[in-house]
Amino acid sequence: MNNAAITLDGSHLSHPAISNDHHAEEHHAHEHHEQHFVWKYIFSQDHKMISKQFIITGIIWAIIGALFSVFFRLQLGFPDTSFPIMEKMLGEWAKGGKLTPEFYYALVTMHGTILVFFVLTAGLSGTFANLLIPLQIGARDMASPFMNMLSYWFFFLSSVFMLVSLFVETGPASGGWTTYPPLSALKEASKGAGLGMDLWLISMALFVVSSLLGGLNYISTVLNMRTKGMTMTRMPLTVWALLFTAVLGVLSFPVLFSGFVLLIFDRNFGTSFYLSEIFIGGKALSHIGGSAILYQHLFWFLGHPEVYIIMLPGMGMASEILSINSRKPIFGYFAMIISLVGITFLAFVVWAHHMFVTGMSPFLGSVFVLLTLCIAVPSAVKVFNWLTTLWRGNIRYNVQMCFAIGFVSLFISGGLTGIFLGNSALDIHLHDTYFVIAHFHIVMGVSGIFGMFAGIYHWFPKMFGRFLNSTLGYIHFFVTIIGAYLIFWPMHYEGIAGMPRRYYDISSWQSFKQFQPINGFISIVSIIVFAVQLLFVFNFFFSIFRGRKMTTKNPWGATSLEWTTDIHPIHGNWEGDIPEVHRWPYDYKDDGNGGDFIPQTVPLRPGEENHK
Amino acid sequence: MAGFIIFLLVLLVFVIIYQIGKSSELASIIRGEEYVKLKTNRTIASLFVVFFILGIYGIWKCNEYFKGMMLPVAACKTGERYDSMFMVTLAVTGVVFFATQAVLFWFAFKYQSSEKRKSSYFFSHSNSLEVIWTTIPAIAMTILVAIGLRNWFEVTAPAPANAMVVEIVGKQFNWLVRYPGKDNELGVRDFRKINDANNVLGLDWSDPHNADDIISATGEMHLVVNRPVKLLIGSRDVIHDVGLPHFRLKMDAVPGISSTLSFTPTITTAEMKTKTGNPDFVYEIACDQLCGSGHYSMRGTIIVETQEEYDAWMAKQPTYYSNNKPTEVKPVAGNTTEKAEPKATEKAMIN
Ligand code: HEM
Ligand SMILES: [Cu+2]
Ligand SMILES: [Cu+2]
Repeated sequence: MNNAAITLDGSHLSHPAISNDHHAEEHHAHEHHEQHFVWKYIFSQDHKMISKQFIITGIIWAIIGALFSVFFRLQLGFPDTSFPIMEKMLGEWAKGGKLTPEFYYALVTMHGTILVFFVLTAGLSGTFANLLIPLQIGARDMASPFMNMLSYWFFFLSSVFMLVSLFVETGPASGGWTTYPPLSALKEASKGAGLGMDLWLISMALFVVSSLLGGLNYISTVLNMRTKGMTMTRMPLTVWALLFTAVLGVLSFPVLFSGFVLLIFDRNFGTSFYLSEIFIGGKALSHIGGSAILYQHLFWFLGHPEVYIIMLPGMGMASEILSINSRKPIFGYFAMIISLVGITFLAFVVWAHHMFVTGMSPFLGSVFVLLTLCIAVPSAVKVFNWLTTLWRGNIRYNVQMCFAIGFVSLFISGGLTGIFLGNSALDIHLHDTYFVIAHFHIVMGVSGIFGMFAGIYHWFPKMFGRFLNSTLGYIHFFVTIIGAYLIFWPMHYEGIAGMPRRYYDISSWQSFKQFQPINGFISIVSIIVFAVQLLFVFNFFFSIFRGRKMTTKNPWGATSLEWTTDIHPIHGNWEGDIPEVHRWPYDYKDDGNGGDFIPQTVPLRPGEENHK
Repeated sequence: MAGFIIFLLVLLVFVIIYQIGKSSELASIIRGEEYVKLKTNRTIASLFVVFFILGIYGIWKCNEYFKGMMLPVAACKTGERYDSMFMVTLAVTGVVFFATQAVLFWFAFKYQSSEKRKSSYFFSHSNSLEVIWTTIPAIAMTILVAIGLRNWFEVTAPAPANAMVVEIVGKQFNWLVRYPGKDNELGVRDFRKINDANNVLGLDWSDPHNADDIISATGEMHLVVNRPVKLLIGSRDVIHDVGLPHFRLKMDAVPGISSTLSFTPTITTAEMKTKTGNPDFVYEIACDQLCGSGHYSMRGTIIVETQEEYDAWMAKQPTYYSNNKPTEVKPVAGNTTEKAEPKATEKAMIN
């Protein structure tokens, strides 16, 4: 079963067949240097290099996406002020230093698309599934390194299209990250529904391809390529979480893809899947019989699983990091897996909670209320298990531990507001208000990115052989968590007061204009938080070259396999045989020699029981 | 140029912080790594406690700040139900919020590694604990679902037979409101007959019910206090949403599909002015679905008034027909030459 004689060929371009066989003696470590620059750094098939490509692309997108939010926050916070710097950077879209409404909506749309898909999906899963799956299950690479490479390059291509769309004359897509038709289908409906929208759709279609190539690979790798002794129930929770992330993606992205294809048809080939009885631009269109709501079903069938695609990797990494730094096993390992299964399953049957007020049948709505609130149960189970993991631990505060605790705090805050929204009787007022903005930014945006940060601080040494600077890390953490709460907490109140999301200016509204000062405050905080993210970016790139060097293989005292590789692991991960696994990954206990953990590679001691 | 200098300055500041950070790490090696680690641990753990306490204080401050800025009492029966259900949910989630956050930061502080605490307690699972904390949330959720569904079916229930019917149609970027006129019946409309000059809703003049219909293009809707109303909601172009924050309601306006909302306003605009102490108070209709560049300005208003006031206002309204006499087709009573197809809008009503 265990990898015997599975060769990881297909890499004839880059690296002569690395055998995955335990006893194969033909590891070509010495040929390492012979690789050409192009095959080593660009069209690499080494999962570790691909993971670096994903994270660096992700960081670049994150800077762009966050910068956009600063621009539109300036508009929201100070609608009467002119910011010449915006005119400098955005040209005629911000004439006189003030965003035009059309471009405001384009920025909002791009911000959402970039952060949800490019940063928190590709940047997050792409990075950590690639880095951790082979290393933690004891495989020399992915099941198909070639497909893995393609996955990155499709993402890259998708990025190029999205980037180009920022520069077309009519501007990028501006119909919101959910791009509901008819707004997104009709060129007459908005400027952004022109060429920008076509590019958006092409980019997203390519993105789906990338994500499927990646996902299929992650699943087959986890299922087939585990080292000897690495049973499924000896896998770290990170691998479990990444596995379910991939399952969610593989089953739901195709539906999104079909939704996009239909939209492309409606836009260009005169079909009427989503269009019916429309009068726009001074004339009645010939479309009859389509349903705009159909698109929303297709979109949210991915859209809801998507939010868990973003959340699960963070959950896995936070579990791992909380356990390592409490020097205690994760509490309720099996409960954690079962709740992951529950969340994954339920994630597919709650999508219409985004559509309670579309005119959908109230009975159908009530079914989705029931299913949606079910999801709160496995979510709660996870929280209680994390809390109990800390209980009577021996907690070490490195930066990743701070982020992991921040992750739990934010997940609680944001998950609880989901309970309001999941109840249609409450959503009927809260839908599409700032309450929703607050909910999903806290639970997905910030919490998700906290999981990602925790992972980066933790595995950076594995990726680059150096540490991130921790003083900068602590500053980064505290400013970000305080800032995140200061930004999003007040938005709940605005939403309860009914203030709609996606409003360019609230000054003409009797019911909402009193929130102008608090909007200004929020904007100021978000600029500070943005600056601190730049500090992190600086830390990241500076530390790649100047960070403190790693001197031992296992700096955090972790049990899992990635820390048994060399400081700079070769393509193929282990110089000699792949280690064999003898125990579960959470044996943080007295090892009998004064140590407080037992790596997975250490055989069970006489009389010691396998964890059940 | 200035931008470039700022960039360099920021970079310089970053480098300086970085170097300070690095030197403290070097110092730790001289002073003994263990000692510094424990000191850092203590600092961070204490900061977590400070964060928690300041957080609670911040929440309290935030509550104070927003007092008086929130919506006034709900202006309809279902809205009152809404508010009480909101408070119940807030109480349940609030308790969970404070309890779990307190435990999180308390554990974070209490179980920090220190001179005294050098090892952890090996505790890997407990099935009874899992059962407890699966059951309790499940029960809580069941209760919330039960309250929720009761309210949901109430608020989505079909309008009573005596409800007045008002149609509200969204277009980029304003609301069109149509009243059925004397015959109390809205005539058929057809999007192919829309003409911005003299037929904004595409009324089919071959339908006699249209002759007395009244259309307001100012986005002002008049309703009668304590009289149930059924809104027929539609859209001419893209998806909009009729958001009625004061009534705790909203419903999408989707082209090709008709949706409805029904409620009974219980407080007149004038009463609300005294209740809120705001002479400018007005019920607003906010578009809640992104519909293009003018989305944020798609504002309508509702005037809730007494029956007498409403009748007086209504008497003054000209019919749409009288203001926009079509030149081609005259309304024909009874028989029609042009067969008016039943409109999808009529067919697809949810209630
Ligand atoms: C306790 C569990 C949760 C429940 C019951 C819940 C429920 C909901 C509901 C009902 C909505 C729709 C609100 C509306 O548009 O009116 C919503 C929106 C959203 N939720 Fe959650 N949620 C939960 C957890 C999460 C998690 C874990 C994530 C992300 C990882 C998430 C991300 C989002 C996003 C992104 C949206 C808004 C999408 C948009 O309209 O742009 N939620 N949530
Ligand atoms: Cu959802
Ligand atoms: Cu709108």
